[in-house]
Amino acid sequence: MPVIKDAVCSLCGSLCDDITVTVEDNKITKIENACILGHSKFVGMFEHDRIETPMIRKDGELVPVSYEEAIEAAAKILVNSRRILSYGWCSTSCEAVSGAIELAEETGSVIDSTANVCHGPSALAAQEKGSPSASLGEIKNRADVIVFWGCNPVHAHPRHMSRYSSFSKGFFTEKGRKGRTMVVIDVRKTDTAKLADNYVEIEQGSDLLLITALRSIVNGHEDVVPETVAGVPKAEVLELAETLKNAKFVCIFFGMGVTQSRSKYKNGDAVSSLISDLNQHTKAVMIGMRGHYNVTGFGQVATWETGFPMAIDFARGYPYYNPGETGANDLLVREEPDAAIIAAADPGAHFPQKAVRHLAKIPVIQIDPYANPTTEIADVVIPSAIVGIEAEGTAYRMDAISLRMKKLIDTRFKTDEEIVKDLTAKVRELKRGA
Amino acid sequence: MKIKANLISGRTADQGAHLEAKTHKGYFDACAYCELNSADLERLGVSEGDSLKVTTEFGEVVVFAKANDGNPDNLAFIPMGPWANAVLDPDTHGCGMPGFKGVPAEIEVTEEKPLEMKALMRKYLED
Repeated sequence: MPVIKDAVCSLCGSLCDDITVTVEDNKITKIENACILGHSKFVGMFEHDRIETPMIRKDGELVPVSYEEAIEAAAKILVNSRRILSYGWCSTSCEAVSGAIELAEETGSVIDSTANVCHGPSALAAQEKGSPSASLGEIKNRADVIVFWGCNPVHAHPRHMSRYSSFSKGFFTEKGRKGRTMVVIDVRKTDTAKLADNYVEIEQGSDLLLITALRSIVNGHEDVVPETVAGVPKAEVLELAETLKNAKFVCIFFGMGVTQSRSKYKNGDAVSSLISDLNQHTKAVMIGMRGHYNVTGFGQVATWETGFPMAIDFARGYPYYNPGETGANDLLVREEPDAAIIAAADPGAHFPQKAVRHLAKIPVIQIDPYANPTTEIADVVIPSAIVGIEAEGTAYRMDAISLRMKKLIDTRFKTDEEIVKDLTAKVRELKRGA
Repeated sequence: MKIKANLISGRTADQGAHLEAKTHKGYFDACAYCELNSADLERLGVSEGDSLKVTTEFGEVVVFAKANDGNPDNLAFIPMGPWANAVLDPDTHGCGMPGFKGVPAEIEVTEEKPLEMKALMRKYLED
């Protein structure tokens, strides 16, 4: 009975690499160390609705076909379209991402990742002001003040606090939770906020005001701060600024509360400036709480191959990037794409109604292991193997550390990497024919 | 009865555990609800499990009512997913990111029941 140790969980950006999996008769029968999200991932292929076979929509219904027929139908859509959106590629390997970028270049598509509805604004902020960061290992060993701003790891990254942050014990942080100050800044008292030493409740959408006030205080200008900022009394803001300044090592972990609220990327931009200001007094870093397990990997691969982390438009024959114009949602809201290829992501569930309405009107090719809301509006559906369980590959953790995911069991499904290679070959063949 | 609320969306552990099981009823249960604090639910005259209609300038959706006293007054939370996205702001303000948090909404009691995932998505095909 093979017991595989140190398997990497391919669900969230924490990419926990200490999962123990027992495999019997090509089935996972026991999972140790995984959280509720990871457990669901590992048992998923036995309990959830897999897409059992490739399918093509005929007369409104999806009907089973072979892989070859589905690849050919998908390639025809790509060859016959003028403005293709390639979206997702974040719950798959870097090797598949690399293939997807090659396909996007071949077809003159726009390729964008799930960061478009997640940490896209953080990438813009990093370009504007930089992103002073550290590995999660350094945080574990050194950080004495941990701030969770607009994120809720108890729900979204359940093992983050015990492995890397608040509760973890490290070389210089041997007291664990007792030796660390945990601050939560949020608009509602989340389950994470309930664990904080200091919970700062701010008015929704006013993050930029609080960051700016903190910067003023850290830079010695507390006199310009009004009596209340973002719904928070000045005394509380002063106390928070002191906590940050007097720390040995601060890490601000930030989430969707910062990227999806009013001011969007300017919030991340301001957090980066605050980190820079704090570094005049102490050591401070920032890390985005990434959602999909390899959304960081997409940004890495895309940046080294095209120069840009997301929203890359190949229509001109070279990579062009302008997220407010070439982002997946902007394209769809403008009703610009005439076809879409979607892999390892689910815009049907996660894009706003106006974008989904346009997706429903155009030919959609879906590559995914599981049926989801996007399947309901897809025209060609190609099932894939689950990376990290049925296929190996590389992924990047939220702190941009790359980890090799293991293959744990055999599968009859093609990998995303194989599908995208087959698709690119078929597109080239059809183009030569034309 | 109707109240005005500030609508946000976000992750929950149950929503995350159904990320790859969205055809299951568990996903519907994990995402097709709107959280308000008990005082707001009382003002609406509803109990947990009753239906609420959430309307914004971008659309309307029917979801179940759920209590969460961690929410300040008039702050409504719907887990990320197709029900939340039926009413959130598609405008990205030139930076790629739609407005998934801070959308003014009106919330009222309704006799209608929330649509299951496939029925909700079918509406997009029929539009």
